[in-house]
Amino acid sequence: MIDFLKIVAKNRLAAFGGILLLIIITLSILAPILPLKEPNITNTADRFMVPFEGGHILGTDHLGRDLLSRLLWGTQLSLAVGFAAAFIAATFGSILGAIAGFYGQKTDNIIMRFIDMLMAFPYILLALAIVAALGPGLFNALIAVALVNIPFFARNIRGVTVTLANKEFIEAARLSGMSNFRILIVEIFPNLLPMIVIAMSTTVGWMILETAGLSFLGLGSQPPQADLGSMLGEARSALITNPHTSFVPGIMIFCIVMGINLFGDGVRDALDPRLKKGSLIRPLPQTIYEGGDTQPQPSTKLLSVQNLSTQFHVNQDIYQSSNDVSFEIQEGECLGLIGESGSGKSVTALSITSLVASPPGVIKKGSVNYKNQNLLALPYEELRSIRGNKISYIFQDPLTTLHPLHTIGDQLLEALQAHDSELSASESISKSKELLKSVQIPNPDNLWDVYPHQLSGGMRQRVCIAMALINDPELIIADEPTTALDVTVQAQILNILNSLRKERKLSILFISHDFGVISQLCDRVIVMYAGSIVEEGPVKNIMQQAAHPYTSELIKCVPQLGNKEHALYSIPGNPPSLNQLPEGCAFANRCKYKQDQCLKESVPVSSKDNRSYKCFYPVGGVA
Amino acid sequence: MNRLLSAIPVVLGITIIVFLIISLIPGDPATAILGSYATPENVAKINKDLGLDKSLPERYLIWLGNIIQGDFGRSFSLNRPVIDEVMERFNATLILSGTAFILCSFLGILVGTISAARQYTLTDKFITFIVLIGISIPSFFLGMMMILTFAVRLKLFPVSGMYAIWGGGDLPDLINHLVMPSIALAIVATGVVARISRNAVLEILRQDYVRTARAKGVKERSILISHVLRVAIVTILPVLGLQAGFVLSGSVYIEIVFQWPGVGRMLVDAILKRDIILVQGGVVFVSICYVFFNIAVDVLQRVLDPRIR
Ligand code: SF4
Repeated sequence: MIDFLKIVAKNRLAAFGGILLLIIITLSILAPILPLKEPNITNTADRFMVPFEGGHILGTDHLGRDLLSRLLWGTQLSLAVGFAAAFIAATFGSILGAIAGFYGQKTDNIIMRFIDMLMAFPYILLALAIVAALGPGLFNALIAVALVNIPFFARNIRGVTVTLANKEFIEAARLSGMSNFRILIVEIFPNLLPMIVIAMSTTVGWMILETAGLSFLGLGSQPPQADLGSMLGEARSALITNPHTSFVPGIMIFCIVMGINLFGDGVRDALDPRLKKGSLIRPLPQTIYEGGDTQPQPSTKLLSVQNLSTQFHVNQDIYQSSNDVSFEIQEGECLGLIGESGSGKSVTALSITSLVASPPGVIKKGSVNYKNQNLLALPYEELRSIRGNKISYIFQDPLTTLHPLHTIGDQLLEALQAHDSELSASESISKSKELLKSVQIPNPDNLWDVYPHQLSGGMRQRVCIAMALINDPELIIADEPTTALDVTVQAQILNILNSLRKERKLSILFISHDFGVISQLCDRVIVMYAGSIVEEGPVKNIMQQAAHPYTSELIKCVPQLGNKEHALYSIPGNPPSLNQLPEGCAFANRCKYKQDQCLKESVPVSSKDNRSYKCFYPVGGVA
Repeated sequence: MNRLLSAIPVVLGITIIVFLIISLIPGDPATAILGSYATPENVAKINKDLGLDKSLPERYLIWLGNIIQGDFGRSFSLNRPVIDEVMERFNATLILSGTAFILCSFLGILVGTISAARQYTLTDKFITFIVLIGISIPSFFLGMMMILTFAVRLKLFPVSGMYAIWGGGDLPDLINHLVMPSIALAIVATGVVARISRNAVLEILRQDYVRTARAKGVKERSILISHVLRVAIVTILPVLGLQAGFVLSGSVYIEIVFQWPGVGRMLVDAILKRDIILVQGGVVFVSICYVFFNIAVDVLQRVLDPRIR
């Protein structure tokens, strides 16, 4: 609770709203003991005094009544009526919702049907019908506003109850022989309370506004009793000649509603975990780069990643997802990048063309040398002309990575047109269809006007491959392209990639967590653990004899036919959290060969011939 | 077509609820319904017309039967058939609410998208601030302030009404009268739509397919329009349907403030004059129209989203 208030208080707007509300509520509660003039004494001689005239701080209204006094009394009435309406709506709505959600089936059906019917009305018409039946009056207006808001509570509370009712402790209570009714009261209700309070806090502003509105229309409070709405309604006839009589109640309603809105938003933000994680932040088109104008080392290779460090800044924590990573890709080479999930391999791959979601991602330092320019420091337009054109991506889950509302054909054409292709419309179409054939889609015409959700996973991934190839790129970065697929489909996709690679002499950076897949496709492999490269070398040599203990564990994970024990192997233990990496070797807590040295000193990279590794005590003494 | 059929129970439900509410009136129904018009002849007539001496379900069926034939009863205060009055007034309400609705949809989505695309910039903060004021200001108060500023002080627009009393009646005259009330009516809904659009756009910008589009090298502007906004509209549509209800509701206040001859003003007058039959007819008629409007929104959603087609 204290934490919660702290979060709300940190949000300056919410705090402002809270304070504004507090002042208004206090003043209105204090109305009886403040030295105010009588609110209802009419004195036509003093009518329409402007503020500060004749001792009336806010002036007087059309009957010469003191406006300040009327304002505070009216505020009190409006607040009371609004809160009462919210309370009634919350009570009945929550009861209906809880019953519907808890008993389910027929009860649920009947109640929710009824609620749906109520929601089918534009809400004010329902309120007007109720007021028409009961007759104008503040109490009747209150009832009307409360009734109209019942569906909102019923729906929300029902949803929460349904999830609660399936929880284990409810099941336990049932088994212990508690009656349904008691479970509802003793077990469920206390858990609903916070939800009810939140729902109330978001709607009470509404209800104050609505009751004031009905009063404004002359259907709520009747003279001489006056709430803010009827004050405004009475002032309306003198709007042009004496606008201050309208300003006074109008601005008060505005302040109350704004205070509640601000405070309510603050409360909601404090409770919504999504906002806490900062995930409602828009990712920029290009990852933030803090390396300044770092000049990359010259390189003869197609692409050379040099000392890349990518971090995520979430709240106060810094997650070091990619830590001083360097590697090179040659023309026509297929380089594997392997590691468990969370090892930083995807982040590394996305960093190459600054695609890491940013914020929270930041490329702290390093460079990517492509044709003697630092990709990371390129201005957006130049980077864009490389993305999808010279360097393209294939992502893991083609269902979420293809746009759900565009046809396959449109998405392919878009990739082509993004780079000012000189092809005519019909040439573009035939080129796209040609490509679809090359990824073994026999009838591209049937696919052209189809949406991604209508295709199988394998088909979708073929489309993605075709899309990546469409501008004849020099490098394809494939981020776990087969992980979301069935084993048989996996094999097909790998075959397609392999044959395309040979036909077109493609360079591929192939990311996977599976050494089996890597060994089928790649020439060389780099192994990443906790953001760092721990081993690098030709796939064949490493498969024969890994140097780093982590690599050999990864190789053990490869399922082998006919060996059931192997099929289920997974590396014991968990990698360290990326926001608090240890001093020494990051793998130490899971390593069989660990010695004291591993914990204390940072591990240097040893290299020999075309292999390198980062370990003090390599497996099998390869060094 | 199926959607249209599914409207039947909802429409029936609406009539039942309204009928029950009206039957709640304590005392002799005929006198209550007639209020100050309860002359003996009128009482006898309404007893016969509505079968008020019969049981509740019977009365409902008679009433429903009449409605289906387009007979909503007769207004005693106006001495004309309810349906004629409602249709005439509804026309005016439709013009006002429709304009406000279109205004709030376009403006809200536009403003929300800009705000999201420029998150945390000055533009975003400014928009967020204006939106906050927009959703907090009571529309009737805003309307009054607008009259004071733009009509009385600046004399830009007429103070009230739908047409000028002398020599008006054409389209420019209508538009001239429409500007202020439709803006006053649209402001709150615009704020709500803008907020929701901003969140929707922020949410969508984080989706994998936006990353794909960026990886393809698509221009940021076309990503925003053809990828983000396209999905945003589909997610915002149901909210727009809901907002239409709010706009329609808000029109009651605006019609009063601007003396707009719409259904809302008619209903308030009818309540004050205790002309229950007119209220009943007006509420049922407008509510049914609203149901069909929501069906239209639903159909549109299906057209725009192939996943639920
Ligand atoms: S450095 Fe030590 S702890 Fe780390 S992998 Fe090598 S042997 Fe294990």
